[in-house]
Amino acid sequence: MDHSTPTRTEQVFGGVPITTTAAGRQVQQLERNCAAAGIELLDMHSDLRGIVHIIGPELGLTRPGRTIVCGDSHTSTHGAFGALAFGIGTTEVGHVFATQCLLQRKPRTFAINVNQKLRPGVTAKDLVLAIIGQIGVEGGTGHVLEYRGEGIRALNMDERMTVCNMSIEAGARAGMIAPDETTFGYLADRPRSPSGAAWERAVERWRALTTDPGASFDREHTLDAALLEPMISYGTHPGMVIPVNGTVPNRHGDPVFDKALAYMGFSAGQALRDQPVNVVFIGSCTNGRLADLRGAAQLLRGRKIAGNVRMLVVPGSQQVKAAAEAEGLDRIFIDAGADWRESGCSMCIGMNGDTVARGEYSVSTSNRNFEGRQGAGARTLLASPLTAAASAIRGRVTDPRELL
Amino acid sequence: MDKISTIRSRTVVMPASNIDTDQIIPARFLTTTTRDGLGQQLFADWRYAPDGTAQADFILNQPSAAGCQVLVAGRNFGCGSSREHAPWALLDYGIRAVISTEIADIFRSNSLKNGLLPIVVDESTSRWLLENPGTEVQIDLASTTVQLATGLSVTFPIDPFARYCLLNGIDEMGFLLQQQERIAGYEARHQDN
Repeated sequence: MDHSTPTRTEQVFGGVPITTTAAGRQVQQLERNCAAAGIELLDMHSDLRGIVHIIGPELGLTRPGRTIVCGDSHTSTHGAFGALAFGIGTTEVGHVFATQCLLQRKPRTFAINVNQKLRPGVTAKDLVLAIIGQIGVEGGTGHVLEYRGEGIRALNMDERMTVCNMSIEAGARAGMIAPDETTFGYLADRPRSPSGAAWERAVERWRALTTDPGASFDREHTLDAALLEPMISYGTHPGMVIPVNGTVPNRHGDPVFDKALAYMGFSAGQALRDQPVNVVFIGSCTNGRLADLRGAAQLLRGRKIAGNVRMLVVPGSQQVKAAAEAEGLDRIFIDAGADWRESGCSMCIGMNGDTVARGEYSVSTSNRNFEGRQGAGARTLLASPLTAAASAIRGRVTDPRELL
Repeated sequence: MDKISTIRSRTVVMPASNIDTDQIIPARFLTTTTRDGLGQQLFADWRYAPDGTAQADFILNQPSAAGCQVLVAGRNFGCGSSREHAPWALLDYGIRAVISTEIADIFRSNSLKNGLLPIVVDESTSRWLLENPGTEVQIDLASTTVQLATGLSVTFPIDPFARYCLLNGIDEMGFLLQQQERIAGYEARHQDN
């Protein structure tokens, strides 16, 4: 109900069939299976439908201390609540449905210490891209990350989810943030959150779910959030990132690196700033929440996107969509010249009809810039919603701080 | 699941690091509701040109790759998504083991559930294997060793329970189902969360 679902309103609500036949069959199979097994399904027409990693938290199903698994690697998102959350494959999903259990070995621990706070125009997405760039796409393999420090405490829940979401891009199946007042404030009065006395008991229990002072980790990495700039990817994995005003590095004699640059059509030493852009995508489980849409709308208000750009804004859930519309954000996007869609994974994965064409450059708020991720031959530049919106306005890769 | 004890095969080599699951099987093929026949789409965007013709320079399209059951790959093989279609596609194609210096966590777990052996070796063994494509290797799961054509034998780490299941053709689900009583007891004690 997220990867394979279309985002065009007429296909979701207007009776226009899903054009990707296999995707349509997959959706129908899920509906049949849920009905047969008596499992509640927030279906295509539900007001509560959306990307699983966005609706879990907004419904209050994601809570501190829970163990959460899902057949999707970005399940790490839910770790923002102090839950242990990680992606699993189809077979393990079967194990959970049958027994509520999984056989697991204890992972190693990895502290990511974020000192100081992000500066204006620099977002949680830039922070996590910088972290992946520093520790590498295999840096977290075999570990669970704990993001901590002043730079993390200062983030709201939408931002914390963006950070934890991309833990898997650093190789870590899970990434966690200790629950605090920000967490409890977010969860209070959610539809499936505990209420009354049960809420009081829950919060008391959740307060205990922090790492002990002086605890030791198998690994640690420390960075200073105040020194970061907006980040953008230049290659074909999320560790290949530079500041938006930086230049593509040079790694003489590395065939994998050369292949990545050839795929992207970039050369070593090149600046990405002012690189022409064909597509801008704002959405996904990484950046499809209300805070992300507000950020992009702040730049797009009263402005138009460039004539050479096709822009999709895809809210992460129907609730995010409704909340954005209540604030008039949809009008800002539409008036700027963007498409405003129903919720889903859309162009992050390109298996639902929304794709980037071969050779096109896409500034995308999604999580993966792998070859072909947004469509065969598509070239993805990962960035924050602010950088994406600024680049849509100029039609070129742009530092959002110039337009703030 | 079939029992696995030894695999003896020539190797096919893909030296790139960070070969992600979107390369192993692109997302547009994930709309399938069956796991059969995915070998045809294995490495689809590297194997086939946009018009569907085979890319002659891609390793799996070369005669030397025919019949190889062991894939030797660069560091961090299988990174990216949790799609179990990645090991399914490799197995359907005929690959039974992947050797690298590092194998991504979810891919490794998915592989073990399906009888694809994820084998992590040290840098020097990996370098030798990458530099000697087509060499014959013998993988022995009981002794957790890879025997090279040079006569050198190296051990590889593997979760002991996963190894037990693979050697005996046992599904982990069966083990879990035997624990139902304890699981129900735990659930009853943790209703509040």
